[in-house]
Amino acid sequence: METLNKKSVDYKRVKAIKKIFSLVITYLILIIIAIFLAGPFIWLVSSSFKTGQNIYTMDLIPHPFTLANYIGVINFISIPKYILNTVIITVSGIVLDVVLASLAAYPLACMDFYGKNLIFSALISTMILPAAAGLIVNYLTISKMGLLDTLTGVIIPGAVSVFSIILLRQSYLTVPRELIDAAKIDGASEFKIWYKIMLPEVMPAISTIVIFDFIGLWNSFLWPIVVLQDPNKYPLATALKYLSGQFNYKFGYVAAGTVLSIIPVIIVFLVFQKYFINAVAGAIKG
Amino acid sequence: MENKLKKSLIAYLFILPAMIFLVIFVFYPIVASIPLAFYDYSVVGQSKFVGLANFSRAIHDHEFWVSVENSILFVGVVPPLQLLSILLAIFVNRKIKGISFFRVLYYIPVVTSMVAVSITWGWIFDPQGLLNTFMIKHGIFSKPISFLNDPRFALLSLMFITMWQGLGYYMMIYLAGLQSIPKELEESAYVDGATRTQALYKITIPLLKPYIWLCTFMSILSAVRVFDVVYVLTNGGPGDATMVTSVYQFQKAFTDFNFGYASAIGLLVAILTTILSILVFIYGGRKGGMSYY
Repeated sequence: METLNKKSVDYKRVKAIKKIFSLVITYLILIIIAIFLAGPFIWLVSSSFKTGQNIYTMDLIPHPFTLANYIGVINFISIPKYILNTVIITVSGIVLDVVLASLAAYPLACMDFYGKNLIFSALISTMILPAAAGLIVNYLTISKMGLLDTLTGVIIPGAVSVFSIILLRQSYLTVPRELIDAAKIDGASEFKIWYKIMLPEVMPAISTIVIFDFIGLWNSFLWPIVVLQDPNKYPLATALKYLSGQFNYKFGYVAAGTVLSIIPVIIVFLVFQKYFINAVAGAIKG
Repeated sequence: MENKLKKSLIAYLFILPAMIFLVIFVFYPIVASIPLAFYDYSVVGQSKFVGLANFSRAIHDHEFWVSVENSILFVGVVPPLQLLSILLAIFVNRKIKGISFFRVLYYIPVVTSMVAVSITWGWIFDPQGLLNTFMIKHGIFSKPISFLNDPRFALLSLMFITMWQGLGYYMMIYLAGLQSIPKELEESAYVDGATRTQALYKITIPLLKPYIWLCTFMSILSAVRVFDVVYVLTNGGPGDATMVTSVYQFQKAFTDFNFGYASAIGLLVAILTTILSILVFIYGGRKGGMSYY
């Protein structure tokens, strides 16, 4: 009996050690993956505080520590101006997309009207058919509108996305019909139904759209370089490419500029991380 | 009848604002791209109809075919490697302390602009950069490798950066997929004596299939369109070792301002892409992969 007890105690101990061991291994792997995926940025931050001579060293802690790169890059290019340009592009892009898509998706989900199927199929087909020279045609259109080299020209071609309309339509479809019917009996207009009843119901889908638009617009690069000629109007990502072209030989400046351009988006991401992660899941279910 | 007419009127009032933008910037470009390819387009003077001249030029353009080949390589390499994010998702799909912290860390490359990512990796891959310094210090390399200036490594390096940035994104999608699988399924498999590997292959992976198709589809599309990383780091070079169709089309359009030729290239690529996505759709659909969407 005693030996049996002793055996079970040993067994428990082995099991506990095994558990701790596997936990240690798990964390070790998690850390290695973290070094792989976040390490480059950590190294970038560290490099941005290094002086010219030791910029190539692998030391993680900069020694000597210097702010010269930040001062240099801020004196050379106006970071706040680029942030302002980026904020203008991002905020107006998000507002336009949310308002226009949530309006357009409502009748597609909840109303019976002439041409509904035609419009819906046309929307779906744009997701499969690529525009062979969309960039060129939109460039010519913006040029004819006299909007080349303006932020408006950067913003309006992406004012509303088909993806957002389709996602919101799916979301409106899940709202119980009784809610609409009850409001109709009370004599509410379609616009009032949309605004007072439907919009609050689809907030999760709207937050998904806001987050996808935010990442996409904040980091937009290709379209701005097509439309904008004046570097003063560049958004951050484009300005960064411009900076790295100017200072190819001075990595400290480029590193500092890159860190400054990433910080806002990282802060927004960390604050709203729950929504970001739900957004990915939400977009799939939609 | 009159009621439906009135309703239609209201419906179109809702749709109209979005429709104006969609017609000008989404529908019109799809249609207008096609005739553009048959013209020698001039920004200032008179555009001239040239028939199939742009296409025959493309067919005889060696650099264009190199770019097609590189794009195909991109599509052939990056999406399969991106499947690694399934393992990543399975690994972070556990309830231990601090796991959400790690998930957030892994997601950082996704929210960062490709330009910033490219600059960072450009310096890691530099002959004097982090990777070479490390490899030489530990005697793995005898002399520095210029990853982005060596035709043997340049395209591979760009593929690696593209895959690296996408890992966290696809990990999150697979994680959502994993969390939608009822726990009982796996548990009952264990009760029946299945090993972990068996449960993974027989239960988890099959149930993830719709997600795998979705991610593969997205990954293929973004590999076809890859632009930022190439434009920022190599601009198609050295020589045309990293030239991909999107960068080639961009150069023809906005460096040479040869809109007609660039449109013809775009049209040829669009045809190839459409065939590819239809194939993926049909194959995925037949296997029941896309049925969830």
